[in-house]
Amino acid sequence: MSTITKAAAPNETPVKRDAPLKIRKRKTKRTAGDWTILAVAILVGIAIAVPFYLILINSFKSPADYSSGGPLQLPTQLSFDGIINFWNRVNFPEKLLNSIFISLAVSIFAVIVSVLNAYAIGIGRVKGRTWIVVLFLLANVLPQEALLYPLYFMFKSVGLYDNIWSVIIIFTVIQSAFGTYLLSSVYGTFPKEILEAAALDGATRWQMLWRVVVPISRPTLSVLVIFFFIWTWNEFLIPLTFLVSNANQTVPIAIASLQGDRLMDVTTTSASALLGLIPTLVFFLIFQRTLTQGITAGAVK
Amino acid sequence: MATVPPETRTRGLGSASPEDAPPVSVRGSRRSAGYWLYLIPGFVLITVIVVIPLIWNIYLSFTSYRGIRPPEWIGLENWVELMGDEKFWTSFGNSVALIIAMVVIPTLVGLVLAAMLFDLVGKKFGGKVASFLRATYYLPQILPVVVGAIVIGWILRPDNGALNEILRNIGLGALAHNWLGSPDTALASIMVVMVWIQLGYPVVIFMAALSRVDPELYEAAELDGANWFQRFRSITVSIIRPEIFVVVLTSTIAALKVFGPIYTLTRGGPGDSTIVPSYYSYSEFFQSQQVGYGATIATALTIVIVIVSVFFIKAQNRAEEAEGTR
Repeated sequence: MSTITKAAAPNETPVKRDAPLKIRKRKTKRTAGDWTILAVAILVGIAIAVPFYLILINSFKSPADYSSGGPLQLPTQLSFDGIINFWNRVNFPEKLLNSIFISLAVSIFAVIVSVLNAYAIGIGRVKGRTWIVVLFLLANVLPQEALLYPLYFMFKSVGLYDNIWSVIIIFTVIQSAFGTYLLSSVYGTFPKEILEAAALDGATRWQMLWRVVVPISRPTLSVLVIFFFIWTWNEFLIPLTFLVSNANQTVPIAIASLQGDRLMDVTTTSASALLGLIPTLVFFLIFQRTLTQGITAGAVK
Repeated sequence: MATVPPETRTRGLGSASPEDAPPVSVRGSRRSAGYWLYLIPGFVLITVIVVIPLIWNIYLSFTSYRGIRPPEWIGLENWVELMGDEKFWTSFGNSVALIIAMVVIPTLVGLVLAAMLFDLVGKKFGGKVASFLRATYYLPQILPVVVGAIVIGWILRPDNGALNEILRNIGLGALAHNWLGSPDTALASIMVVMVWIQLGYPVVIFMAALSRVDPELYEAAELDGANWFQRFRSITVSIIRPEIFVVVLTSTIAALKVFGPIYTLTRGGPGDSTIVPSYYSYSEFFQSQQVGYGATIATALTIVIVIVSVFFIKAQNRAEEAEGTR
């Protein structure tokens, strides 16, 4: 508060000078209105969290327990039947591994492609860069349906249909389109003194990229890696179309494709949702700090 | 961990070009020519995976193609059919409903929630309470959309879903309903799912934006006798307008593209009551094998999305200019 008064504009009125004091006093006092607003904010939070709570408690019930006690009661005894049932039925570890492999490969390849593009656009300032950035942005905005059938046809004719590499290649391009857009503007403001110093030391352009630009922008690159990973993990339409056989499916596809199944009883379905949300919840907890900063920076898709 | 310069954040999608920064390479154009080499991998990839398929898809929209025999040129026939296709217009009508659920409601509620958390909860009850609540609101956003949809879909199960069970337990069994399975409630249920998923996104963006607002402005306004709502409208909303633009643009695009929740929960049904353009084109591609017509729907959707994006970016630039001249 004191820094604010000090920094205040020179033409401030005398009334304003003693204002901070008043405000400070008021700040510590919590009126009934403040408590009401807190209550509203908490109620909204509860409304958003309730579905998670319901999924959590009902995944550990037996169907009989569910029908006798209802969805709100805690399980009378822990039953892992639903979870085990779903785990085995979709071969969950296999799906998990597919998702991890695809997302990891995409995030690494896409960051490399983004760096190369952004180096030419942001630092190399190649001619027509505005249009190049617009092209990449367009690639990111397009609905995937507009590419779906031709891609399906192409990958079928080169024998990559129903192969996880088809999905890796497609998402490398789609994610790097966003990465190029973001990194180009970051590299556009890269301090040129550093680049000039490196050039004076005789660094080639290639060396400059890997020894100067990449290390300095590493924090941004790691945010991109994390985002690409999670976005790819969450993708649905293209993996659904391209990964038809069971052994190639990702976690969201495996879960979604069992939804209409008659054999999925109420607690197994709940368990499937639980298993679907656990991995992303784990990422969120691990990368929480990076994510909350990155969300606002990238303004997300 | 300062990762991205603030200008990307505030200018959002409007500033596609890094044009305004001074050029780095001062050694003439011959030097910068060599940078083209670095664009080759990216260019090859985007050409093969995006540009060619996009053009191909547009071409397919002028053909009759069932996926087996080669496409047959039929001119504008698909497009004429599309204009008179009631199912197509229904699908766009449903997109409007999704825009209400994913853009209008989350942006308005998100603005109020962000201001509440930032101004009142954060300042009077501590930043920890505010960031805990913010994380709770954001929770559905981190899930794969499909999993989010399944979570709510599970609650809405017709015979023994949690909502119907609860209604029965509290004696309101008469209200129990096949929420996703009857035409009168299916779309509304999907809208609830999308509001739940989407709400955290504007809250997080707006709260970050609010930290840019100079507290002195508030103090001055407060002294001038402005109440909370007046301050909210004239200071908060005008300062974080760039973020509002970004949120509205990105969520509108997302709403037009919705596919996963429809595929998992209703497959467009019952009847056509929850059909959306993306699901319609998907089903034409792979269920009806009307590839030409599916491509027409996908192209129409692309055109709408591009128009919406250009419109927003133009509007944002105009707003920025107006700001600059003031």
